[in-house]
Amino acid sequence: MRIVIVGDGKVGKSLTEQLSSEGHDIVVIDSNPNVISNVVNTHDVMGICGNGASYEVQREAEVNKADMLIAATSADELNILCCLVAKKIGAKHTIARVRNPEYSRQLAFMREELGLSMTINPELAAANEISRMLRFPSALKVDFFARGRVDLVELKVHAGGSLENQTLSSLSKKYQSKALICAVQRGEEVHIPSGDFILRAGDKIYVTGSQVEIEKFFRAIGVLKQKVRKVMIVGGGRIAHYLARQLSETGMKVKIIEIDRNRCIELSDALPKAEIINGDGSDKDVLLEEGIAETDAFIALTGIDEENIIVSVYATLLGINKVIAKINRGSFSDILTTIGLDSLISPKQITTNQIIRYVRAMQNSTGDGVVALSRIVDGKAEAVEFTASPATKFTGIQLKDITLRPNILIACIFRRNRIIIPGGADSIENGDSVIIVTTDRTLRDLNDILA
Amino acid sequence: MNYRMIVHILGKIVLVEGFLLLLPFAVSLIYADGCSIVFGALAASLVLVSALVTARAPKNRVIYASESFVIVGLAWVLTSVLGALPFTLSGSIPSFIDAFFETVSGFTTTGASILTNVEILPMSILFWRSFTHWIGGMGVLVFVMAIIPLAGGHSMHLMRAEVPGPTVGKLVSRFQSNAKILYGIYIGISVLQIILLLAGGMPLFDSLVNTFATAGTGGFSIKNTSIAAYNSAYIDGVIGIFMLIFGINFNLFYLLLTRKFLQVLKNEELRCYLAIVALSVGAITLDILSLYENVGEALRYAFFQVSSIITTTGFATDDFNLWPNFSKTVLVILMFFGACAGSTGGGLKISRLVIMAKTVLREIKKTARPRSIISIKMEGKPVEDSVVNSTNTYFVVYMVIILFSVLLISIDEFDLVTNFTAVVTCFNNVGPGLSVVGPTGNFSEFSMLSKLILSFDMLLGRLEIFPILMLFSPSLWRKK
Repeated sequence: MRIVIVGDGKVGKSLTEQLSSEGHDIVVIDSNPNVISNVVNTHDVMGICGNGASYEVQREAEVNKADMLIAATSADELNILCCLVAKKIGAKHTIARVRNPEYSRQLAFMREELGLSMTINPELAAANEISRMLRFPSALKVDFFARGRVDLVELKVHAGGSLENQTLSSLSKKYQSKALICAVQRGEEVHIPSGDFILRAGDKIYVTGSQVEIEKFFRAIGVLKQKVRKVMIVGGGRIAHYLARQLSETGMKVKIIEIDRNRCIELSDALPKAEIINGDGSDKDVLLEEGIAETDAFIALTGIDEENIIVSVYATLLGINKVIAKINRGSFSDILTTIGLDSLISPKQITTNQIIRYVRAMQNSTGDGVVALSRIVDGKAEAVEFTASPATKFTGIQLKDITLRPNILIACIFRRNRIIIPGGADSIENGDSVIIVTTDRTLRDLNDILA
Repeated sequence: MNYRMIVHILGKIVLVEGFLLLLPFAVSLIYADGCSIVFGALAASLVLVSALVTARAPKNRVIYASESFVIVGLAWVLTSVLGALPFTLSGSIPSFIDAFFETVSGFTTTGASILTNVEILPMSILFWRSFTHWIGGMGVLVFVMAIIPLAGGHSMHLMRAEVPGPTVGKLVSRFQSNAKILYGIYIGISVLQIILLLAGGMPLFDSLVNTFATAGTGGFSIKNTSIAAYNSAYIDGVIGIFMLIFGINFNLFYLLLTRKFLQVLKNEELRCYLAIVALSVGAITLDILSLYENVGEALRYAFFQVSSIITTTGFATDDFNLWPNFSKTVLVILMFFGACAGSTGGGLKISRLVIMAKTVLREIKKTARPRSIISIKMEGKPVEDSVVNSTNTYFVVYMVIILFSVLLISIDEFDLVTNFTAVVTCFNNVGPGLSVVGPTGNFSEFSMLSKLILSFDMLLGRLEIFPILMLFSPSLWRKK
């Protein structure tokens, strides 16, 4: 696809990198010549220096022939204007980053009247991700696939835990659980496990199923930690604002520590249910006084990465169940896992991922039998959605009688809006949506999964 | 330094050269000139060597600017060394240094020759000699990039190192498509020229090789008297006009294809280029009027020679060594000017001249009004200071290397005009100079050392100095 990216900041850069490596034709527009020469030197893309909202520049970038324009400059207004101009010139799809809550409340209007295909608010997206993580506090990460209908929970197998050295079939017998382990990451490699797969300590497993089933599974294997009731947030920025509102709605007690007094007053006006503390969240005494030891979850959301890392390490040492740190610069996130910080979020990465998900879904929903496709496990595996049709060779046959190719797993069946996590006795019927998890990138038809 | 990746890419280049050698192989089969064994064996062994070297792809495929420059520099030296083998092995040019000079002259599209009588050479050798022009004109690596994807995102450095001019722009976002478009345009115009030459009654083989030499702005001829041998005003006209065309920035042809005519018309470099050509033709026509029968004849020879020299082709339709001094001086100055950036021509490039001229004007204005801020504009857009600086630096390094080379080859005790024009003509990839190395002379008299120096001057000129200079920088090779 031909994609034009306006604004080569953090999000623009990681979008350029990902989309260009996936084989799309990318044109990057930025007003800073240094940024442009840099991106042209490091990626196989075309760079244009200028104001992305200007008609002239967009003509030069051939936006009229583009399949998509993504506006990711730092200014909301500029992004919206870029998309409006692009839409009028003839770009097929437009995506704008809009972070001001005042605009984000008029999303429906922007989509229907102004023709924006998608707007994305990095802070809101980050807040959503954190709330999802707090729902399953023992999970490292909570992802979703199939357009958000199915959760995918990442979990670590601990040495001496109830999962170690078990085969998957013995696990499901022992716990009578309907949750499904659909991928296992061991070191760098990703396996799609079959029933006789043995889990080892250090593996990361990806469990899918309805929320109730996953909770049941967690309780059964004994890793369901106490439900999160008290949350402490350090740093009262936009993410904290969205997050506190979401968490308060689910009945959690939220305490925000913010250093700026005026911001505290604003937050206090906007969030009557939350407790707002004016103080330095990186000060150990302040944290102790505000009861860091008694909270169930600790979230570091200041604007400074180093500060977030330090206070999170401290919180981990105090033995808090769930510690989440916001990291803006992602290039060092690998080393943070070695010092015990497993739950990291980066608004930039979340924004990029969501846009890329959209691009991929758009690309994959055309032609072929693939309805939708999302990459899971850091892009190392795919969840592919197919619709069973009369051409499907194995409708009505119990799954235990079908031999699948290696590294393929039927993760989920949707039948009339009902989610079925399939067992051996289930079968695929005409009209079902079927989600296949696989490391094989060549699946093009539902019949391809047969051995 | 990612040495494995450098070797890998060089291996790919050897592969491509191996396949290119199949063309003269076919020619030698057709004319049965006895060189088919040389070309066949060489092509086969190059393909074999490349297969061995590139069998295992390196794990780390990332290359940065320094690797790219080294790759470009080494690639040109390597292709020239390998390309010289057919000349020596077939016995056409017994000395390897001579063959190397001839091949470098071919790939860098210089057209300077050490051969005293080209007409006795086998057809396939003549074909290969001219074909090196065609490949070298657009660039060996650009050609390889058009067929094989090389190094992902960082290929921009490769292209920048090989495509001449102060700045390099892309036409489309993907490298491979970019390289394909450039070669598409290149092939298209070449085919057109072949047809026009055939229409003028030139034999097929001659049309092919002369087109190769024109397209690459090279200048190797298969006749001892160059294009004068055909003695046809029509052929002079066709070749003269096509030389000018190949001296234009290829991006402009793409703009023509995408119907952006206005942008082409407004192009500052193109206007300047055509103005310089018109002025020089006018001046030389007036100067040489007395030597020819009428204005038309004088104009014909003046136009062809100006077009041949400014595009750095180096064809001749008359011995301009016998022209008045004023005309000779104009031609030598044109050698420095060169063609447009992004064309197949050499020299300093018109866009560099324009930038330098504007910098000088700015400095003059600034002296008068120290507080004024004047931005330099090119094609209606401001030129970044880094580009202005690198242009000025380029000019300084360019002059220093030319003077140093003149000093070194003066050991051979030729007159100053010969030495100076020999270096200038080689460095700017033109071909003929004045006096001993004039259009009817050649470079065979020079010593081996001078031939090597001139060969490197040609490479320096074609790759715009830095990729070759970097090969001699010890800090680049030292292991950390």
